[in-house]
Amino acid sequence: MSDAASAGDSIFIEIEMSDAVASDPELATKLQEVCPVSIFKATDSGPEIVVSQLDECVLCELCVEAAPQGGIEIIKKYG
Amino acid sequence: MRFFEFEARRIVEQAGIPVTSYGFCTTPDEAREAAAEIGGPTVVKSQVLTGGRMKAGGVKFADTPDEAAAHAEEILKLEINGHMPRGVLVDPKAEVKQEYYAGVVWDGTAKKPLMLFSDMGGIDIEQVAEEHPDHVGRGHISNLDPVFDFQAKEVIAATGVTGSQLNRATPILARLAELFRDGDMLLAEINPLAELTDGRFVALDAHMEMEDEATGRQAELLREKLGIAEDDTRDTYVPSEFERRVKAIDAADHRGVIQGKDHNFDGNLGLVIGAGGGSLTLTDAVRSQGGKPANYSEIGGNPSVAKACGLAKEVLQKDGVEKIAVMMSIVSNTRVDIVARGVIKACLELGRDPSEAIAVFRIPGAWEDEGARILDHYGVEYYDRSVSLWDAAGRAVEKVQGAS
Repeated sequence: MSDAASAGDSIFIEIEMSDAVASDPELATKLQEVCPVSIFKATDSGPEIVVSQLDECVLCELCVEAAPQGGIEIIKKYG
Repeated sequence: MRFFEFEARRIVEQAGIPVTSYGFCTTPDEAREAAAEIGGPTVVKSQVLTGGRMKAGGVKFADTPDEAAAHAEEILKLEINGHMPRGVLVDPKAEVKQEYYAGVVWDGTAKKPLMLFSDMGGIDIEQVAEEHPDHVGRGHISNLDPVFDFQAKEVIAATGVTGSQLNRATPILARLAELFRDGDMLLAEINPLAELTDGRFVALDAHMEMEDEATGRQAELLREKLGIAEDDTRDTYVPSEFERRVKAIDAADHRGVIQGKDHNFDGNLGLVIGAGGGSLTLTDAVRSQGGKPANYSEIGGNPSVAKACGLAKEVLQKDGVEKIAVMMSIVSNTRVDIVARGVIKACLELGRDPSEAIAVFRIPGAWEDEGARILDHYGVEYYDRSVSLWDAAGRAVEKVQGAS
Protein backbone atom coordinates (compact mmCIF):
# COMPACT_ATOMS: atom_id res chain seq x y z
CA MET A 1 0.00 0.00 0.00
CA SER A 2 1.40 3.33 -0.96
CA ASP A 3 0.04 5.51 1.83
CA ALA A 4 -1.69 4.98 5.11
CA ALA A 5 -4.69 6.90 6.40
CA SER A 6 -5.49 7.88 9.91
CA ALA A 7 -8.29 9.96 11.32
CA GLY A 8 -7.52 13.65 11.15
CA ASP A 9 -4.86 13.43 8.45
CA SER A 10 -5.45 14.55 4.91
CA ILE A 11 -4.58 12.05 2.23
CA PHE A 12 -4.56 14.07 -0.94
CA ILE A 13 -4.20 17.76 -0.25
CA GLU A 14 -2.08 20.00 1.96
CA ILE A 15 -2.11 23.78 2.12
CA GLU A 16 0.86 25.85 3.06
CA MET A 17 0.52 29.47 4.15
CA SER A 18 3.24 32.07 4.45
CA ASP A 19 3.79 33.59 7.89
CA ALA A 20 2.21 36.83 6.69
CA VAL A 21 -0.96 35.04 5.58
CA ALA A 22 -1.11 32.88 8.70
CA SER A 23 -1.13 35.96 10.93
CA ASP A 24 -3.58 38.13 8.99
CA PRO A 25 -7.07 38.15 10.64
CA GLU A 26 -8.57 40.25 7.86
CA LEU A 27 -7.39 37.85 5.17
CA ALA A 28 -8.64 34.97 7.35
CA THR A 29 -12.21 36.25 7.02
CA LYS A 30 -11.80 36.56 3.28
CA LEU A 31 -10.41 33.03 2.95
CA GLN A 32 -13.27 31.65 5.01
CA GLU A 33 -15.70 33.38 2.64
CA VAL A 34 -14.15 32.30 -0.64
CA CYS A 35 -13.42 28.64 0.06
CA PRO A 36 -16.41 26.59 -1.19
CA VAL A 37 -15.52 23.59 0.96
CA SER A 38 -14.80 25.35 4.29
CA ILE A 39 -11.09 24.58 4.54
CA PHE A 40 -10.32 27.93 6.22
CA LYS A 41 -11.59 29.08 9.58
CA ALA A 42 -11.18 32.73 10.55
CA THR A 43 -9.77 33.42 14.01
CA ASP A 44 -8.51 36.57 15.72
CA SER A 45 -4.95 35.55 15.04
CA GLY A 46 -5.39 34.58 11.39
CA PRO A 47 -6.68 31.72 9.25
CA GLU A 48 -6.72 28.19 10.60
CA ILE A 49 -6.77 25.12 8.37
CA VAL A 50 -9.67 22.71 9.00
CA VAL A 51 -7.73 19.51 8.42
CA SER A 52 -10.83 17.31 8.11
CA GLN A 53 -11.90 19.38 5.07
CA LEU A 54 -8.58 19.34 3.20
CA ASP A 55 -9.39 16.34 1.05
CA GLU A 56 -12.57 18.09 -0.12
CA CYS A 57 -10.46 20.77 -1.87
CA VAL A 58 -11.83 21.19 -5.40
CA LEU A 59 -8.64 22.92 -6.61
CA CYS A 60 -10.52 26.11 -7.50
CA GLU A 61 -7.56 28.20 -6.25
CA LEU A 62 -9.83 30.97 -4.99
CA CYS A 63 -7.74 31.02 -1.82
CA VAL A 64 -4.54 31.40 -3.86
CA GLU A 65 -6.10 34.36 -5.69
CA ALA A 66 -7.37 35.92 -2.48
CA ALA A 67 -3.97 35.87 -0.82
CA PRO A 68 -0.90 37.93 -1.80
CA GLN A 69 1.14 36.27 -4.51
CA GLY A 70 2.94 33.20 -3.15
CA GLY A 71 1.14 33.42 0.17
CA ILE A 72 -0.83 30.19 -0.22
CA GLU A 73 0.28 27.02 -1.94
CA ILE A 74 -1.90 23.98 -2.60
CA ILE A 75 0.15 20.79 -2.48
CA LYS A 76 -1.11 17.62 -4.13
CA LYS A 77 0.25 14.75 -2.10
CA TYR A 78 -0.28 12.36 -5.00
CA GLY A 79 2.45 13.96 -7.09
CA MET B 1 -49.00 6.27 -2.16
CA ARG B 2 -51.60 3.53 -1.99
CA PHE B 3 -55.03 3.90 -0.47
CA PHE B 4 -57.12 1.44 1.46
CA GLU B 5 -60.37 0.46 -0.17
CA PHE B 6 -62.43 2.51 2.30
CA GLU B 7 -60.35 5.59 1.48
CA ALA B 8 -60.62 4.97 -2.26
CA ARG B 9 -64.36 4.69 -1.77
CA ARG B 10 -64.43 8.09 -0.07
CA ILE B 11 -62.38 9.60 -2.87
CA VAL B 12 -64.75 8.45 -5.61
CA GLU B 13 -67.74 9.42 -3.47
CA GLN B 14 -66.36 12.94 -3.04
CA ALA B 15 -65.88 13.14 -6.81
CA GLY B 16 -69.62 12.65 -7.24
CA ILE B 17 -69.52 9.01 -8.29
CA PRO B 18 -72.36 6.96 -6.75
CA VAL B 19 -71.39 4.32 -4.21
CA THR B 20 -73.44 1.96 -2.06
CA SER B 21 -73.79 2.95 1.61
CA TYR B 22 -70.85 1.42 3.49
CA GLY B 23 -69.18 1.52 6.87
CA PHE B 24 -65.52 1.49 7.81
CA CYS B 25 -65.19 -0.25 11.18
CA THR B 26 -62.36 -1.06 13.53
CA THR B 27 -64.34 -3.15 16.04
CA PRO B 28 -66.96 -5.93 15.80
CA ASP B 29 -69.51 -3.65 17.49
CA GLU B 30 -69.02 -0.99 14.85
CA ALA B 31 -69.43 -3.68 12.17
CA ARG B 32 -72.71 -4.78 13.77
CA GLU B 33 -74.00 -1.20 13.80
CA ALA B 34 -72.95 -0.63 10.19
CA ALA B 35 -74.64 -3.85 9.03
CA ALA B 36 -77.84 -2.93 10.90
CA GLU B 37 -77.85 0.51 9.32
CA ILE B 38 -77.31 -0.93 5.84
CA GLY B 39 -80.01 -3.58 6.37
CA GLY B 40 -80.10 -6.94 4.60
CA PRO B 41 -77.16 -9.17 3.67
CA THR B 42 -73.72 -7.58 3.83
CA VAL B 43 -70.15 -8.37 2.91
CA VAL B 44 -67.31 -7.77 5.41
CA LYS B 45 -63.95 -7.00 3.79
CA SER B 46 -60.49 -6.77 5.34
CA GLN B 47 -58.77 -3.42 4.77
CA VAL B 48 -55.23 -4.35 3.83
CA LEU B 49 -52.85 -3.00 1.20
CA THR B 50 -52.31 -6.35 -0.43
CA GLY B 51 -54.13 -8.69 -2.77
CA GLY B 52 -55.54 -12.16 -2.19
CA ARG B 53 -58.06 -11.13 0.46
CA MET B 54 -60.80 -13.49 -0.69
CA LYS B 55 -58.47 -16.51 -0.84
CA ALA B 56 -57.03 -15.73 2.61
CA GLY B 57 -60.46 -15.49 4.22
CA GLY B 58 -60.46 -11.71 4.42
CA VAL B 59 -63.83 -11.34 2.67
CA LYS B 60 -66.95 -12.91 4.20
CA PHE B 61 -70.69 -12.64 3.62
CA ALA B 62 -73.18 -12.08 6.43
CA ASP B 63 -76.96 -12.32 6.55
CA THR B 64 -77.41 -10.58 9.89
CA PRO B 65 -75.66 -7.81 11.88
CA ASP B 66 -74.50 -10.36 14.48
CA GLU B 67 -72.97 -12.48 11.77
CA ALA B 68 -71.23 -9.37 10.37
CA ALA B 69 -69.81 -8.66 13.84
CA ALA B 70 -68.55 -12.24 14.17
CA HIS B 71 -66.88 -12.07 10.77
CA ALA B 72 -65.34 -8.70 11.64
CA GLU B 73 -63.86 -10.16 14.82
CA GLU B 74 -62.15 -12.93 12.83
CA ILE B 75 -61.01 -10.71 9.99
CA LEU B 76 -59.57 -8.02 12.26
CA LYS B 77 -57.17 -10.65 13.69
CA LEU B 78 -56.31 -12.12 10.32
CA GLU B 79 -52.88 -11.35 8.88
CA ILE B 80 -52.82 -11.40 5.08
CA ASN B 81 -49.45 -11.60 3.30
CA GLY B 82 -47.78 -10.09 6.35
CA HIS B 83 -50.29 -7.24 6.65
CA MET B 84 -52.63 -6.73 9.59
CA PRO B 85 -55.88 -5.03 8.58
CA ARG B 86 -56.48 -1.35 9.28
CA GLY B 87 -60.15 -2.27 9.83
CA VAL B 88 -63.03 -3.81 7.90
CA LEU B 89 -65.38 -2.41 5.31
CA VAL B 90 -69.02 -3.43 5.69
CA ASP B 91 -70.82 -3.24 2.37
CA PRO B 92 -74.30 -4.22 1.23
CA LYS B 93 -74.43 -7.39 -0.81
CA ALA B 94 -75.58 -5.64 -3.94
CA GLU B 95 -78.09 -7.05 -6.45
CA VAL B 96 -75.95 -6.78 -9.54
CA LYS B 97 -77.26 -7.04 -13.06
CA GLN B 98 -73.95 -6.45 -14.87
CA GLU B 99 -70.37 -5.69 -13.81
CA TYR B 100 -68.19 -3.19 -15.68
CA TYR B 101 -64.66 -1.86 -15.30
CA ALA B 102 -63.75 1.85 -15.31
CA GLY B 103 -60.20 2.98 -14.86
CA VAL B 104 -57.66 5.67 -15.56
CA VAL B 105 -53.93 4.97 -15.63
CA TRP B 106 -50.87 7.03 -16.46
CA ASP B 107 -49.57 6.24 -19.94
CA GLY B 108 -45.85 6.85 -19.60
CA THR B 109 -45.26 6.52 -23.33
CA ALA B 110 -47.90 9.05 -24.37
CA LYS B 111 -47.29 11.12 -21.21
CA LYS B 112 -51.05 11.47 -20.74
CA PRO B 113 -53.74 9.84 -18.61
CA LEU B 114 -55.44 6.94 -20.36
CA MET B 115 -59.12 6.15 -19.76
CA LEU B 116 -60.07 2.47 -19.85
CA PHE B 117 -63.50 0.90 -19.85
CA SER B 118 -64.73 -2.65 -20.17
CA ASP B 119 -68.12 -4.30 -20.10
CA MET B 120 -66.41 -7.28 -18.44
CA GLY B 121 -65.87 -6.09 -14.87
CA GLY B 122 -65.01 -7.94 -11.70
CA ILE B 123 -61.87 -9.51 -13.11
CA ASP B 124 -58.41 -8.12 -13.80
CA ILE B 125 -58.42 -5.68 -16.70
CA GLU B 126 -55.08 -7.16 -17.86
CA GLN B 127 -56.80 -10.52 -18.30
CA VAL B 128 -59.69 -8.97 -20.21
CA ALA B 129 -57.30 -7.01 -22.44
CA GLU B 130 -55.41 -10.19 -23.27
CA GLU B 131 -58.32 -12.56 -23.76
CA HIS B 132 -61.04 -10.19 -24.99
CA PRO B 133 -59.33 -7.11 -26.44
CA ASP B 134 -62.54 -6.02 -28.20
CA HIS B 135 -64.13 -5.60 -24.76
CA VAL B 136 -61.69 -2.88 -23.68
CA GLY B 137 -62.13 0.75 -24.76
CA ARG B 138 -59.27 3.22 -24.46
CA GLY B 139 -58.82 6.97 -24.84
CA HIS B 140 -56.30 9.57 -23.70
CA ILE B 141 -57.23 12.81 -21.99
CA SER B 142 -55.29 16.05 -21.87
CA ASN B 143 -53.11 16.92 -18.91
CA LEU B 144 -54.52 20.46 -18.95
CA ASP B 145 -57.84 20.73 -20.77
CA PRO B 146 -61.15 19.81 -19.10
CA VAL B 147 -62.38 16.24 -19.48
CA PHE B 148 -65.46 16.25 -21.68
CA ASP B 149 -68.21 13.67 -21.37
CA PHE B 150 -68.04 12.87 -25.08
CA GLN B 151 -64.47 11.62 -24.62
CA ALA B 152 -65.60 9.15 -21.96
CA LYS B 153 -68.62 8.22 -24.06
CA GLU B 154 -66.39 7.29 -27.02
CA VAL B 155 -64.30 5.01 -24.83
CA ILE B 156 -67.35 3.25 -23.40
CA ALA B 157 -69.12 2.99 -26.74
CA ALA B 158 -66.06 1.24 -28.18
CA THR B 159 -66.96 -1.78 -26.05
CA GLY B 160 -70.45 -2.00 -27.56
CA VAL B 161 -72.29 -0.47 -24.60
CA THR B 162 -75.28 1.59 -25.79
CA GLY B 163 -78.51 3.19 -24.59
CA SER B 164 -79.16 4.04 -20.95
CA GLN B 165 -76.12 2.03 -19.81
CA LEU B 166 -73.92 4.25 -21.98
CA ASN B 167 -75.56 7.41 -20.64
CA ARG B 168 -75.24 6.33 -17.01
CA ALA B 169 -71.64 5.11 -17.24
CA THR B 170 -70.37 8.15 -19.16
CA PRO B 171 -70.32 10.74 -16.33
CA ILE B 172 -68.78 8.17 -13.98
CA LEU B 173 -65.77 7.59 -16.25
CA ALA B 174 -65.44 11.33 -16.93
CA ARG B 175 -65.45 12.13 -13.19
CA LEU B 176 -62.97 9.35 -12.53
CA ALA B 177 -60.66 10.88 -15.15
CA GLU B 178 -60.99 14.29 -13.52
CA LEU B 179 -60.22 12.96 -10.06
CA PHE B 180 -57.25 11.04 -11.47
CA ARG B 181 -55.75 14.19 -12.92
CA ASP B 182 -56.71 16.63 -10.17
CA GLY B 183 -55.63 14.16 -7.46
CA ASP B 184 -52.22 13.41 -9.04
CA MET B 185 -53.06 9.73 -9.22
CA LEU B 186 -51.09 6.99 -10.89
CA LEU B 187 -54.10 4.69 -10.85
CA ALA B 188 -57.81 5.29 -10.33
CA GLU B 189 -59.88 2.21 -10.85
CA ILE B 190 -63.47 1.14 -10.16
CA ASN B 191 -63.81 -2.60 -10.44
CA PRO B 192 -66.50 -3.62 -10.43
CA LEU B 193 -68.60 -0.71 -11.51
CA ALA B 194 -71.99 -2.33 -11.03
CA GLU B 195 -75.24 -1.86 -12.84
CA LEU B 196 -77.80 -2.80 -10.19
CA THR B 197 -81.08 -4.53 -10.93
CA ASP B 198 -82.85 -1.18 -10.56
CA GLY B 199 -80.65 0.29 -13.32
CA ARG B 200 -78.41 2.46 -11.10
CA PHE B 201 -74.64 2.42 -11.58
CA VAL B 202 -72.54 2.29 -8.39
CA ALA B 203 -68.86 1.78 -7.56
CA LEU B 204 -68.62 -1.47 -5.59
CA ASP B 205 -64.84 -1.47 -5.23
CA ALA B 206 -62.20 1.12 -5.98
CA HIS B 207 -58.41 1.22 -6.08
CA MET B 208 -56.39 4.41 -5.99
CA GLU B 209 -52.71 5.15 -6.00
CA MET B 210 -51.26 8.64 -5.76
CA GLU B 211 -47.90 9.85 -7.02
CA ASP B 212 -45.63 9.92 -3.93
CA GLU B 213 -44.19 13.30 -4.88
CA ALA B 214 -47.69 14.81 -4.91
CA THR B 215 -48.55 14.08 -1.28
CA GLY B 216 -47.49 17.60 -0.24
CA ARG B 217 -49.67 19.25 -2.86
CA GLN B 218 -52.59 16.98 -2.00
CA ALA B 219 -52.43 17.73 1.73
CA GLU B 220 -56.04 18.93 1.82
CA LEU B 221 -57.34 15.67 0.38
CA LEU B 222 -55.06 13.49 2.50
CA ARG B 223 -55.27 15.25 5.86
CA GLU B 224 -58.63 17.01 5.91
CA LYS B 225 -60.85 14.83 3.74
CA LEU B 226 -59.34 11.42 4.43
CA GLY B 227 -57.75 12.02 7.84
CA ILE B 228 -54.44 10.42 6.86
CA ALA B 229 -51.58 11.42 9.16
CA GLU B 230 -48.47 13.01 7.66
CA ASP B 231 -46.22 10.15 8.77
CA ASP B 232 -48.55 7.49 7.34
CA THR B 233 -46.62 7.02 4.10
CA ARG B 234 -47.88 3.49 3.32
CA ASP B 235 -44.35 2.58 2.33
CA THR B 236 -44.27 -1.20 2.55
CA TYR B 237 -40.62 -1.45 1.51
CA VAL B 238 -38.34 -2.12 4.47
CA PRO B 239 -34.83 -0.86 3.69
CA SER B 240 -31.82 -2.95 4.69
CA GLU B 241 -29.16 -1.68 7.10
CA PHE B 242 -26.91 -1.00 4.10
CA GLU B 243 -29.64 1.01 2.41
CA ARG B 244 -30.38 2.97 5.57
CA ARG B 245 -26.73 3.85 6.10
CA VAL B 246 -26.22 4.95 2.49
CA LYS B 247 -29.34 7.09 2.71
CA ALA B 248 -28.05 8.74 5.89
CA ILE B 249 -24.70 9.53 4.22
CA ASP B 250 -26.55 11.05 1.29
CA ALA B 251 -28.81 13.13 3.54
CA ALA B 252 -25.88 14.53 5.52
CA ASP B 253 -24.46 16.45 2.55
CA HIS B 254 -26.35 18.31 -0.17
CA ARG B 255 -23.63 17.88 -2.78
CA GLY B 256 -24.26 15.15 -5.35
CA VAL B 257 -26.40 12.09 -4.95
CA ILE B 258 -25.70 8.56 -3.82
CA GLN B 259 -28.10 5.66 -3.49
CA GLY B 260 -27.56 2.05 -2.58
CA LYS B 261 -29.76 -1.04 -2.80
CA ASP B 262 -28.88 -4.54 -1.81
CA HIS B 263 -32.12 -6.50 -1.56
CA ASN B 264 -31.62 -9.78 -3.44
CA PHE B 265 -27.93 -9.09 -4.06
CA ASP B 266 -25.40 -11.39 -2.43
CA GLY B 267 -22.46 -11.38 -4.83
CA ASN B 268 -18.77 -10.65 -4.36
CA LEU B 269 -18.38 -7.62 -6.65
CA GLY B 270 -19.36 -4.33 -5.03
CA LEU B 271 -20.65 -1.69 -7.42
CA VAL B 272 -20.00 2.05 -7.15
CA ILE B 273 -21.67 3.06 -10.37
CA GLY B 274 -23.82 5.76 -11.94
CA ALA B 275 -24.44 8.52 -14.49
CA GLY B 276 -27.05 8.74 -17.22
CA GLY B 277 -28.62 5.31 -16.84
CA GLY B 278 -25.22 3.79 -16.17
CA SER B 279 -26.22 1.96 -13.03
CA LEU B 280 -28.80 -0.26 -14.73
CA THR B 281 -26.65 -0.76 -17.82
CA LEU B 282 -23.56 -1.63 -15.80
CA THR B 283 -25.39 -3.97 -13.43
CA ASP B 284 -26.78 -5.79 -16.46
CA ALA B 285 -23.34 -5.85 -18.10
CA VAL B 286 -21.78 -7.38 -14.98
CA ARG B 287 -24.49 -10.02 -14.70
CA SER B 288 -24.46 -10.85 -18.40
CA GLN B 289 -20.76 -11.64 -18.15
CA GLY B 290 -21.17 -13.99 -15.23
CA GLY B 291 -20.46 -11.51 -12.46
CA LYS B 292 -22.28 -11.44 -9.15
CA PRO B 293 -23.04 -7.91 -7.95
CA ALA B 294 -23.13 -7.39 -4.20
CA ASN B 295 -25.35 -4.36 -4.54
CA TYR B 296 -26.86 -1.79 -6.84
CA SER B 297 -25.88 1.84 -6.46
CA GLU B 298 -26.09 5.25 -8.03
CA ILE B 299 -23.54 8.01 -7.72
CA GLY B 300 -23.55 11.29 -9.59
CA GLY B 301 -24.17 15.02 -9.57
CA ASN B 302 -20.70 15.80 -8.21
CA PRO B 303 -20.77 14.37 -4.72
CA SER B 304 -18.24 15.46 -2.12
CA VAL B 305 -15.20 13.31 -1.40
CA ALA B 306 -16.82 12.35 1.91
CA LYS B 307 -19.98 11.17 0.16
CA ALA B 308 -18.13 9.11 -2.44
CA CYS B 309 -15.97 7.72 0.35
CA GLY B 310 -19.02 6.88 2.44
CA LEU B 311 -20.69 4.92 -0.35
CA ALA B 312 -17.49 3.07 -1.22
CA LYS B 313 -16.90 2.16 2.42
CA GLU B 314 -20.40 0.80 2.82
CA VAL B 315 -20.02 -1.30 -0.32
CA LEU B 316 -16.56 -2.55 0.65
CA GLN B 317 -17.81 -3.57 4.09
CA LYS B 318 -20.70 -5.65 2.81
CA ASP B 319 -20.46 -9.35 3.58
CA GLY B 320 -18.84 -11.28 0.77
CA VAL B 321 -17.48 -8.29 -1.15
CA GLU B 322 -14.01 -8.99 -2.50
CA LYS B 323 -13.52 -6.04 -4.83
CA ILE B 324 -15.38 -2.98 -6.00
CA ALA B 325 -15.94 -1.76 -9.54
CA VAL B 326 -16.16 2.02 -9.90
CA MET B 327 -17.79 2.76 -13.22
CA MET B 328 -19.92 5.41 -14.89
CA SER B 329 -21.76 5.67 -18.16
CA ILE B 330 -20.97 8.06 -21.02
CA VAL B 331 -19.12 11.30 -20.29
CA SER B 332 -20.25 12.53 -16.94
CA ASN B 333 -20.01 15.99 -15.40
CA THR B 334 -19.13 14.34 -12.11
CA ARG B 335 -15.49 15.02 -11.38
CA VAL B 336 -13.33 11.97 -11.83
CA ASP B 337 -10.70 13.17 -9.36
CA ILE B 338 -13.20 13.72 -6.58
CA VAL B 339 -14.70 10.23 -6.96
CA ALA B 340 -11.18 8.79 -7.19
CA ARG B 341 -10.24 10.50 -3.94
CA GLY B 342 -13.41 9.20 -2.29
CA VAL B 343 -12.98 5.54 -3.21
CA ILE B 344 -9.25 5.53 -2.45
CA LYS B 345 -9.88 7.17 0.89
CA ALA B 346 -12.47 4.46 1.63
CA CYS B 347 -9.94 1.74 0.85
CA LEU B 348 -7.22 3.33 2.97
CA GLU B 349 -9.47 4.00 5.94
CA LEU B 350 -10.54 0.34 5.88
CA GLY B 351 -6.94 -0.82 5.67
CA ARG B 352 -7.33 -2.08 2.10
CA ASP B 353 -4.83 -1.58 -0.70
CA PRO B 354 -6.66 0.41 -3.43
CA SER B 355 -4.78 -1.42 -6.20
CA GLU B 356 -6.15 -4.71 -4.84
CA ALA B 357 -9.61 -3.60 -3.71
CA ILE B 358 -10.59 -1.61 -6.84
CA ALA B 359 -11.14 -4.06 -9.68
CA VAL B 360 -11.95 -1.39 -12.23
CA PHE B 361 -12.13 2.40 -12.26
CA ARG B 362 -13.86 3.58 -15.42
CA ILE B 363 -15.24 7.10 -15.23
CA PRO B 364 -14.90 9.30 -18.30
CA GLY B 365 -15.57 12.97 -17.76
CA ALA B 366 -14.53 16.11 -15.99
CA TRP B 367 -11.05 16.32 -14.51
CA GLU B 368 -10.10 12.89 -15.78
CA ASP B 369 -6.38 13.73 -16.06
CA GLU B 370 -6.31 14.66 -12.40
CA GLY B 371 -8.24 11.51 -11.54
CA ALA B 372 -5.81 9.39 -13.52
CA ARG B 373 -2.89 10.91 -11.59
CA ILE B 374 -4.46 10.07 -8.26
CA LEU B 375 -5.27 6.52 -9.33
CA ASP B 376 -1.81 6.01 -10.78
CA HIS B 377 -0.27 7.09 -7.49
CA TYR B 378 -2.14 4.29 -5.73
CA GLY B 379 -1.52 1.68 -8.43
CA VAL B 380 -5.09 1.65 -9.77
CA GLU B 381 -5.47 1.43 -13.55
CA TYR B 382 -7.71 4.12 -14.99
CA TYR B 383 -10.04 3.41 -17.90
CA ASP B 384 -11.39 6.35 -19.88
CA ARG B 385 -14.08 6.46 -22.59
CA SER B 386 -11.96 4.33 -24.93
CA VAL B 387 -12.98 1.32 -22.81
CA SER B 388 -16.66 0.51 -23.30
CA LEU B 389 -19.08 -0.12 -20.44
CA TRP B 390 -19.30 -3.74 -21.54
CA ASP B 391 -15.51 -4.19 -21.54
CA ALA B 392 -15.09 -2.43 -18.20
CA ALA B 393 -17.75 -4.66 -16.63
CA GLY B 394 -16.09 -7.73 -18.17
CA ARG B 395 -12.67 -6.78 -16.80
CA ALA B 396 -14.17 -6.27 -13.34
CA VAL B 397 -15.76 -9.71 -13.47
CA GLU B 398 -12.47 -11.28 -14.61
CA LYS B 399 -10.55 -9.63 -11.80
CA VAL B 400 -12.95 -10.61 -9.05
CA GLN B 401 -13.30 -14.15 -10.34
CA GLY B 402 -9.53 -14.43 -10.61
CA ALA B 403 -9.25 -13.39 -6.98
CA SER B 404 -11.73 -16.02 -5.73
